[in-house]
Amino acid sequence: MSDKQGVLGIFSYLDATLETVRKLKDAGFNNLRVFSPFPSHEIEEVMDEPESIVRFFTLGGAMLGVACGVGFTVLMSTDWPISVSAKPIVSLPPFMIIIFELTILMGALATLLGLLVNSRLRRNAPKSMYDTRFSVDKFGVMITCSKDGVKDVEEILNSQGAEEIKIDGV
Amino acid sequence: MSEQNTLTYARVNDDIIRMLDKPTFKWWALFLPTLFFVGFGLFCFIYQVYSGLGVAGYRHPVFWGVYITDFVFWVGIAHSGTLISAILYLFRANFRMSIYRIAEAMTVFAVLTAGLFPIIHLGRPWNFYWLFPYPNQRELWVNFKSPLVWDVFAVSTYLTVSALFFFIGMIPDIAAVRDRVTEAPRKIIYSILSLGWKGSNWEWLHYTRAYLFFAAFATPLVLSVHSVVSWDFAMSNLPGWHTTIFAPYFVAGAIFSGLGMVIMLTVPIRKIFHLEDYITLDNYDGMAKLLILTSGIIGYAYGAEFFMAWYSGNPAEWGQYYYRITGEYAIFYWIMIVCNVVIPIPLWFKSVRRNLKILFIMSIFINIGMWFERFNIIVISLSHGFDPAAWGIYKPSWVEVGITVGSFAWFLMFFLLFLKTLPAVSIAEMKEILPVPKKEAQT
Repeated sequence: MSDKQGVLGIFSYLDATLETVRKLKDAGFNNLRVFSPFPSHEIEEVMDEPESIVRFFTLGGAMLGVACGVGFTVLMSTDWPISVSAKPIVSLPPFMIIIFELTILMGALATLLGLLVNSRLRRNAPKSMYDTRFSVDKFGVMITCSKDGVKDVEEILNSQGAEEIKIDGV
Repeated sequence: MSEQNTLTYARVNDDIIRMLDKPTFKWWALFLPTLFFVGFGLFCFIYQVYSGLGVAGYRHPVFWGVYITDFVFWVGIAHSGTLISAILYLFRANFRMSIYRIAEAMTVFAVLTAGLFPIIHLGRPWNFYWLFPYPNQRELWVNFKSPLVWDVFAVSTYLTVSALFFFIGMIPDIAAVRDRVTEAPRKIIYSILSLGWKGSNWEWLHYTRAYLFFAAFATPLVLSVHSVVSWDFAMSNLPGWHTTIFAPYFVAGAIFSGLGMVIMLTVPIRKIFHLEDYITLDNYDGMAKLLILTSGIIGYAYGAEFFMAWYSGNPAEWGQYYYRITGEYAIFYWIMIVCNVVIPIPLWFKSVRRNLKILFIMSIFINIGMWFERFNIIVISLSHGFDPAAWGIYKPSWVEVGITVGSFAWFLMFFLLFLKTLPAVSIAEMKEILPVPKKEAQT
């Protein structure tokens, strides 16, 4: 049984949510998760998370696409060399189109993979710590802390006007 | 924006998710005839497979007819969806917010429709997979120097990427629907589709980056796809096809016709579902300005083609263009000019751009004009090539007309299903443009 405890504060206002995060961070609670009905740069700034690594998936996928494009066209053309319209067997200008399309295709598929892997879609918060109003008009701050810290967290949440507080084991 | 100030976050959820309520009589009244025409299209196709391509109107020298016209038309329709969802996203044009989901859905369904036509056009459609490079017992590979193989790669990439872009953009909204519905089958389906989305800062962080990269990929992709489609023609040396302006000319035409289709679809949807607060007149004003731009570009291209044909001194080239304006098919040429260049001229006036009835009627003419543009390029060029002894006339058969009508029904069928199953306006992005609720403002 874990000694960690999850505490969730629910807010109606974005500025109160941001202020709560600042106060919690100042008090040394760094294991935080913020829920919002839309993406917000302000939340991103206050959470100060490292830059998303999806971009490396995208770059990797795109480079793999280039390699596959070159490999496909060059190897297949040389495997069964047929001269078409007296053009060279390995003729880069038409092959560039295939290479370009495969770059985009594999880059896009890798981006999807990057999103699925990194956002930990199913694992980033326990079901009991989610409120369906987060997809409507409420903001949430979830804190994972030791059982001793719960009281301090509650105090901060209350001082910032949390409308509801839920406590659950994590 | 002032029109959107009456909206609240909760109302956005209510209004958009209410669109997914049980289908009404009107919906069925539209859906059932649509199914009938899809069935008729399918019957025509089966008849053609059974009887051979002879039942299509193909005859020497025209072996690319209505099917290839339909293919180019539907690929073109798809393009403005990506323009609105990806290119305008990169330019941060807020007027796209309320219409981009509908435009994206249109893209996916239009590519699905377009992809059928090269297969329908084949004499042995069951061998369509021969166009893909795969190891086979004959040890043959596809010819990568052929524009038709470029097409296979371009269109299948476009379908995959636009479908993924469509789906990813919808994940937070599907989660919002999941949180609202209560009855078991729908709840389970939306839960699976939402991939467990909870709207945490981690999810948004990676999601917004992934979305940006998708938009950045979709932008050059959309330009490449219609360029490749145009090269199906421009790579041959037939008069009327062999011209260097085809790629930008096709891309502009695609965006023009696609915007026409977005207007044609959104005007009735806005009225039926009471989305006046979401799809505002400013949105239509923005789209109408893009119509003026693209109409200007294709009008210029029509003129440039003509000038080059005349100035080149090439008798076959000039003969082709002279035939277009005076020959047996001249009526279609002039329909194209009137619909695409003359009818959009009043859009220069703001009062016209904000009049939805006029815009709706205009968008119908634009789509008719753009269909005939493709018909003119394909059929007139083929019927009047280099050799006068090989000139001929092509008339579409009832089978081709039936399949074309079926394709419109097929597109509409997917679109009607989409309206009743998935959120047609982006809930999360609409909230981005609403004023953020702040405690400060309340005290």
